[in-house]
Amino acid sequence: MNFVGKKSAGIAAAVALFLASATAASAFTACQVTDTGGIDDNSFNQTAWKGVLDAKEKLGIEGRFLESQAETDYEANINSLLGGNCDVIITVGFLLGDATKKAAEANPEQKFSIVDYAYDPVVPNILGQVYATDEAAFLAGYLAAGMTKSGVLGVFGGINIPPVTIFMDGFHAGAAYYNEQKGASVSVLGWDPKAREGLFTNNFDSLDDGRAFAQNLYDEGADIIVPVAGPVGLGSATLAAELGPDKLKIIGVDADLYLTDPERKQVYLTSITKRMDATVFDVIKQAMDGKFEGGILLGSLASGGVDLAPFHDMEEAVPAELKQELEAIRAGIIDGSITVAPK
Amino acid sequence: MSDSKTDSKTDIVIQNLLKRAAPGRGEFEDLVIVPLFAIAAALVLGALTMLATSVDPATIARSYLALLQGSVGSLNAISETLTAATPLILAGLGLALGFRAGLFNIGAEGQILMGGMAAVITGFSFPELPFYLLLPLCLLSGALTGAFYAGIAGWLRAATGAHEVISTIMLNLIAYRLIDYMLRLPFVQRSGRADPISKSIPDHAELPRLLEWIDPNLRVHAGVFLALAAVFFVYWLLFKTKLGFEFRASGASPDAARFAGIRSGMTIVLAMASAGALAGLAGSVQVLGVLDRVTPGFSAGIGFDAIAVALLGRSHPFGVLLAGLLFGGLEAGGRQMQVDAGVSIDLIGIIQALIIVFIAAPMLVRAIFPWGFRKPATVQGK
Repeated sequence: MNFVGKKSAGIAAAVALFLASATAASAFTACQVTDTGGIDDNSFNQTAWKGVLDAKEKLGIEGRFLESQAETDYEANINSLLGGNCDVIITVGFLLGDATKKAAEANPEQKFSIVDYAYDPVVPNILGQVYATDEAAFLAGYLAAGMTKSGVLGVFGGINIPPVTIFMDGFHAGAAYYNEQKGASVSVLGWDPKAREGLFTNNFDSLDDGRAFAQNLYDEGADIIVPVAGPVGLGSATLAAELGPDKLKIIGVDADLYLTDPERKQVYLTSITKRMDATVFDVIKQAMDGKFEGGILLGSLASGGVDLAPFHDMEEAVPAELKQELEAIRAGIIDGSITVAPK
Repeated sequence: MSDSKTDSKTDIVIQNLLKRAAPGRGEFEDLVIVPLFAIAAALVLGALTMLATSVDPATIARSYLALLQGSVGSLNAISETLTAATPLILAGLGLALGFRAGLFNIGAEGQILMGGMAAVITGFSFPELPFYLLLPLCLLSGALTGAFYAGIAGWLRAATGAHEVISTIMLNLIAYRLIDYMLRLPFVQRSGRADPISKSIPDHAELPRLLEWIDPNLRVHAGVFLALAAVFFVYWLLFKTKLGFEFRASGASPDAARFAGIRSGMTIVLAMASAGALAGLAGSVQVLGVLDRVTPGFSAGIGFDAIAVALLGRSHPFGVLLAGLLFGGLEAGGRQMQVDAGVSIDLIGIIQALIIVFIAAPMLVRAIFPWGFRKPATVQGK
């Protein structure tokens, strides 16, 4: 009670503070519909929700969220927010693409924004947030190829959809680039960029699958694994924590998992961060400032929308030479001299 | 019920007479009063759970208000409740039918998946058919596929004695993977997509939305009438037909039924198939009325919730109807709880589970609320 009181007092203070600069601020409400991983998945949905929380703190808005428990919830959840006086509805995830479009077309006055989906042609009241994740994943692939002892890397995805496979493409291309540059022969299991086929759990919520898939890849010799499946990866991290980071390291996705998953922080070599919090915040700000427009908002390495997280505890383990090479590649990707597309 | 002058001996006689005239009195208590108290107890315990997770009382009050508003408080709420209840009622009826025949069918989830898949494939395979042929054809193929899929478990039980609990659970798992596989087949998978998602059914194969003319966001569809018709059909089947009698006789006492000349093997297969047809219909209604396509998770646990619905409805068609509406209301209201009060959707799951616990233990409810029930005659007698 006391805590809640303090918190609401804090919010009230923030709102009051903000009221001085913008009168409509206290009424502005951003609503979010999560994908099935849940709001506290340490990764995908949580990062997007952080954008709303940041806006709550800095812009004094109100924020609400609805968790989807199954795919059948998407449309219903969006619908129930339509009646809830939301200034902008943010749907999180490619799989909500159809439902978001349907709702946006039925309600042309309502502002929508979706993470990981770009509409072609553009829907005038949806702002799609998309990410050049392959740029950061390319760096991760190069790093992992430079760090592996077994010469085998592993990757698996949640569902075979573009926002997932773009991680796998970039990672694969980064490792291939390492082979090309160093004449090495590091192999990547779990994804074939040409056939567009690979390892997929077909869900974004089973930690058991995360563990089982990581075990399979580990048994095949992989010592660094990238699980691109939201909270499913936590299962892989658990396995890595049991085996010890010497035998198996994990590269996190979406958020810096070293920070969001402190219990298993020792297993994370780095994370491929996708700053959905930053783009969600931008969308809210645009909507508040009356600058909202349907279209695309791109997060890239250049804009800081995607990046490689710090190495934290592994800082010592990563050779200085490799770090320098990564910096050079980063510059190359940004100025366009290195292409991250799969060959 | 008896006036105070009547002595207890006549009282017993009257009660026995009443019992003979209206055997439903005890059933009425089980069907209506126990569930009502169970819901009340579950809501109280749910509030305590919220308190325990440091939700303040004002929010708890607001969340229960939201639960009410979100389930019956507006046209949209009622529409959502009915939309959620429709597949639960259909699948619940199927399970109830099985329970009456003594078959504990856990396989509704798999039957829903297979039925929905069949309905979608039929839908996009024959887009040139007019809606009055296509829609019934989709529903029929869904029901038949569900019946066939459940029939496998029935046949295994009848022919080999394999217990239907095991075989239906296994068939669920097979159905999950079969759907994954089928969704990757080129003729099923939506073109341009790499993820498992089926093609959409043509618009004229969809169950018409009933209130679209008021507001395009109202999702309630014609499947509601189908569910309602199914309630009466199952009632008729169970209580007015020879086949229904055979189902119930086999359920009440398989040995007696066999000695009475009822072919138990045939009855098992038929009961399972009817249950599967209803579950398959539930899946079809879900894809034809709500989703218009199949994805791996489209069954969304309806098949398991339907077990609770059937148990809650005491395996009586009208009970299933009420229980389905209740669960639909909880689902729609739960969403509103999240929106208005920010309470976790998981709490709704807890309240649902609590309701089931109380319903499954009527003695517990009677013990908690002794004043809510008539005392058994034996206590009054001398």
